[in-house]
Amino acid sequence: MSTTYAPRPGSAPWPRKVLSHAVMEFRLLLRNGEQLLLALVIPLGLLFLLGGTGLGDRLPLGDGPAVDLAVPRVLALAVLSSSFTSLAIATGFERRYGVIKRLGASPLSRTGLLAGKIGSVLAIQLIQLAVLIGAGFALGWNPVGGAAAVFGVILMVLCGTAAFASLGLLMAGVLRAEATLAAANLLYLLLLVGGAVLTPVEEYPEGMQGVVRLLPSAALANGLANSTLEGVVPWAAALSLTLWAGVLGYLVSRTFRWD
Amino acid sequence: MPVAVEIDNLVVRYGEKTAVDGLTLTVTGGTVTSVLGPNGAGKTTTVETCEGFRRPDSGQVRVLGLDPIADHDALMPRIGVMLQEGGAWSGVRALEMLRYVASLHSHPLELAPLVERLDLGTCGRTPYRRLSGGQKQRLSLALAIVGRPEVAFLDEPTTGLDPHGRREIWQLIRDLRDDGVTVVLTTHAMDEAEQLSDQVHVVSAGKVIASGSPDVLTEHGAKSLEDVYLALTAPPAREKR
Repeated sequence: MSTTYAPRPGSAPWPRKVLSHAVMEFRLLLRNGEQLLLALVIPLGLLFLLGGTGLGDRLPLGDGPAVDLAVPRVLALAVLSSSFTSLAIATGFERRYGVIKRLGASPLSRTGLLAGKIGSVLAIQLIQLAVLIGAGFALGWNPVGGAAAVFGVILMVLCGTAAFASLGLLMAGVLRAEATLAAANLLYLLLLVGGAVLTPVEEYPEGMQGVVRLLPSAALANGLANSTLEGVVPWAAALSLTLWAGVLGYLVSRTFRWD
Repeated sequence: MPVAVEIDNLVVRYGEKTAVDGLTLTVTGGTVTSVLGPNGAGKTTTVETCEGFRRPDSGQVRVLGLDPIADHDALMPRIGVMLQEGGAWSGVRALEMLRYVASLHSHPLELAPLVERLDLGTCGRTPYRRLSGGQKQRLSLALAIVGRPEVAFLDEPTTGLDPHGRREIWQLIRDLRDDGVTVVLTTHAMDEAEQLSDQVHVVSAGKVIASGSPDVLTEHGAKSLEDVYLALTAPPAREKR
């Protein structure tokens, strides 16, 4: 049978393109050992260290059982790793390998690319949450708040993803791939230690607390902790993360380029 | 035939350097048109402006009557672009990449005949980073045409291919044209341009310095296209002391 190449151009429907892109990025991430290390192994290791070995009782995690304090903060770290560090590094190398350029000359569109990336991140986060929450329960985690806590966690994951994905895409858009790799890992470590991810803001020296409290990492981790430790919906943290997402998203839209 | 690509007095600068300096050309629909020129002549910048990757500093570019930047989302489904290098994730498998790009289009080509014709079957499960240069080149061509475009921009489509592979790609380009696809070719291979092109534009220092069919440019075969090209693009002779 001979093939005809007669033009019959057209774009697939937007949802199909987004799903197709999200599935592609998700599959590639599952094949990448370094990304899985960042997304699952490090948060899971920290959860066992802090919540299962007694180490958490000796560190400034706050007042209460170590595992109850550790789970929401490790969840914050997991969101940070998938929505920021992994996304920034992957996007930086997509630009380096010409993938962004290839997609720029395809029907995907800018909104399709971004939506597909966010879809892939959310799929990874579903796995992260399932594994870490399951491990938390196995270690004796006892969250409070019922439906309000569940809503609070979902709200924080979505708002945190919007803010940190914007930061990751901004970094990948303005830095070279190698610089993105270094800067994303460095910022991940800095926020882990100095961004109130594992340690509550109140444990920092008084002079630092005002600045640390403004960081999106502090809003995410404290919001998650407030949800599961006190059973409240963290509206203030959601507002802070939404503002971060708005500013960073605007900068992404100004700096995004296809090559 | 309608005009597929219209470039009018295009100027593109990178900082102080002027890469394209008042370039004007048209590409007729349903033809193979080659853009030739020395390295740094402005070929790639010109083609990338047509693909929406570069913004003109002045002048106008229309592809299928659309502005490649302002009408990006309307134009992209209608064109196919073969990049000179890269364009795929390092870990993606060849067929996986082809299926993915096909899924972005409404009426893609059937994959099995395309894979067979471009000899991609044997490397279908190979990650992109492990493909040979020729396999990458053939995959890149498949990605450019799988969406059944009206205009295909092919950047050095036979670089790295053996003589058999080159001839097969040449025949594919002829088939594309015969089926109504407009092909814009940038190449350094003069025999390729001479064999395939309906129209040739020679670009030097950001301007078109000669245009015509290979037959006209070679004075009905009296010269080779390579001789014509070398004469047109020869650097100016140094002044004798």
